[in-house]
Amino acid sequence: MIPLLEVKKLEVAFIEDHKQTICTDKVSFSVNPGEILCIVGESGCGKSVTALSIMGLLGNTAKVIGGEVLFEGKDLLKMTERELDKIRGSELTMVFQDVMNSLNPVFTIGNQLEETIRIHLGYDKKAAREYAIEILEKVGLPDSKAILKKYPHMLSGGMRQRVMIAMALACHPKLIIADEPTTALDVTIQLQIMKLLLELRREFKLSIILITHDMGVVAELADRVIVMYAGQCVEEADVNSLFENPVHPYTQALLQSVPSIYGNRNQKLASIPGIVPEKYQNMKGCRFAKRCPYASPECANRQLYQKFDSKHKVRCHLARTGKETISNVS
Amino acid sequence: MFHKEIKEPLMRIENLRKDYPAKGTGLIGHKNMIHSVDGIDLTIYEGETLGIVGESGCGKSTMGRQMVALERPTSGRVLYKEQDISNMPAGQLQKIRTEFQMIFQDSTSSLNPRKQIYDILAAPMLYHGIVKKENISHEINRLLNLVGLPSSVRHRYPHEFSGGQRQRIGIAKALSLKPKLIVCDEPVSALDVSVQAQVLNLLRQLQEELRLTYVFIGHGLGAVHYISNRIAVMYLGKIVEVADTEELFNNPIHPYSKALFDASPLPDPKCRHRDRIVLSGEIPSAAALPGGCRFHTRCPYAVDSCREMEPKLESISAGSNHLSACPVMSDNLRRRDFSNGREENKDN
Repeated sequence: MIPLLEVKKLEVAFIEDHKQTICTDKVSFSVNPGEILCIVGESGCGKSVTALSIMGLLGNTAKVIGGEVLFEGKDLLKMTERELDKIRGSELTMVFQDVMNSLNPVFTIGNQLEETIRIHLGYDKKAAREYAIEILEKVGLPDSKAILKKYPHMLSGGMRQRVMIAMALACHPKLIIADEPTTALDVTIQLQIMKLLLELRREFKLSIILITHDMGVVAELADRVIVMYAGQCVEEADVNSLFENPVHPYTQALLQSVPSIYGNRNQKLASIPGIVPEKYQNMKGCRFAKRCPYASPECANRQLYQKFDSKHKVRCHLARTGKETISNVS
Repeated sequence: MFHKEIKEPLMRIENLRKDYPAKGTGLIGHKNMIHSVDGIDLTIYEGETLGIVGESGCGKSTMGRQMVALERPTSGRVLYKEQDISNMPAGQLQKIRTEFQMIFQDSTSSLNPRKQIYDILAAPMLYHGIVKKENISHEINRLLNLVGLPSSVRHRYPHEFSGGQRQRIGIAKALSLKPKLIVCDEPVSALDVSVQAQVLNLLRQLQEELRLTYVFIGHGLGAVHYISNRIAVMYLGKIVEVADTEELFNNPIHPYSKALFDASPLPDPKCRHRDRIVLSGEIPSAAALPGGCRFHTRCPYAVDSCREMEPKLESISAGSNHLSACPVMSDNLRRRDFSNGREENKDN
């Protein structure tokens, strides 16, 4: 299958006082048509930065310093803003976590939604309005005529997220990047939004990149998963093999430290000692080594991102020696 | 696991209410009120951890603040060791306050950014005379070590710490006055999963060492399940169900509890297609509560009587400490129990 999006060795750095601090380090992955890819990791691991650099929305503080982002074969990073504007918002769209700040508070929902439709699809005012109503109904907002006249603050968090999704869907995108779309929502509303994303995927054959820190959300939605740690991909696998047989020690620890409502309460919750390294630019070896229960002296000097089996790719040189070392311990 | 140790009620809450005026006034100067906490009765026993779950706006944080007398109730009482702390004069309250403390969700804004950790921890202890001045340095070292921080951090400022470490300082601050009861208001919600586990384990270890009683408010069901012996589910200012943790998760009676547990994502892709209740619609506004059972607008099992009568929180069977505020489901259960013994579905 030809991937819809291919990210190759993407390197992004924060720029502060003429100094560069690498925040994503040679991140590579691809998204196939119709697939939901989850990028999971803790705060500061570079998952949002990856998403923003795909969209070309990094701003002034960060810069892409290497790599390619191929969307249907064309490198988004080499495009001018003008060329990018044609794709961005129509074929490639994004849903943000913080909906309140991503909708304009002084314009009505109708204003903002119809603008997108008019610009990208070339509809006239009346047609745009009709289409806006239709698309709001698609995302499960009843009484969408009234919603068009409302301002963002008049809607609840869940409704605002639905509006954002409607906006992202309006121009028949091929790929939606959703950055923590349900994190700010209550669980019952989160379930509604997750169901909606799955339905829309089926109906429009969308690809979705879902960025989250919640292993539960990953288990509910993903087809394939990438685990990120300190700016690198540390494990890549399809969702079932990742949960059944996590190979990287970080993934294992992450899965064990999630308290489940059906877990055993009398058992002490596994936790990862220490914290994520803040400065990892010059680390030669494995970035997780200091917190890793299996670390050997060798880990400080080398890291290796390689195929573990047909389904897994892992950044752990111990994983190569076979399943005995890593997976049996858990 | 703590059940046998539970003895005395430590705190009793009686018909507690808190109304806030809504923005803007209605006709003829009539103020719309938001019923944040709307008539709650609850007992907290010594040595237990009572979890409180519910969605945002259900009043769980307001109730937590009332428990430590940070907020005065509109009506009702909070009795700590049979003393009414909700209407106590400020001077008297100041003395008893050391016994119930709070840990806040936002550890950044609850620590003074211009003070060193040493001063943050020393001030309340000196004010309340918990420790003599000459021993204070020693005591601060002890507290920091208790929460797993090296004593060398005492001269740092709050911004120099990570989120998890700041939360540990928040815990040390709450512990410094040697409290009996600690209300934890979403203490781990802002933390990453790996750090969250560290803090949860710390809270449990401290409870065993210091024989503390916790009220743990949270919306992450996994965390609440892990730490609580007993859990109360809140919806729109009311408690809809209370039971021991295992009993509640294995046998939820109230449709809202069921829906809430169903909605909580399980970290296992095989459970993806499980049967579950998907609630439609949104939580109604607390300013315009629906009549009857306040959940009836979203409840898949609602019948006519639900729209008329406000249900009471009652035992599901005689003598049980599993209370539920859904007469429809409780009746169903009684009928089912009568015909065949209760089905146990304990997995894992």
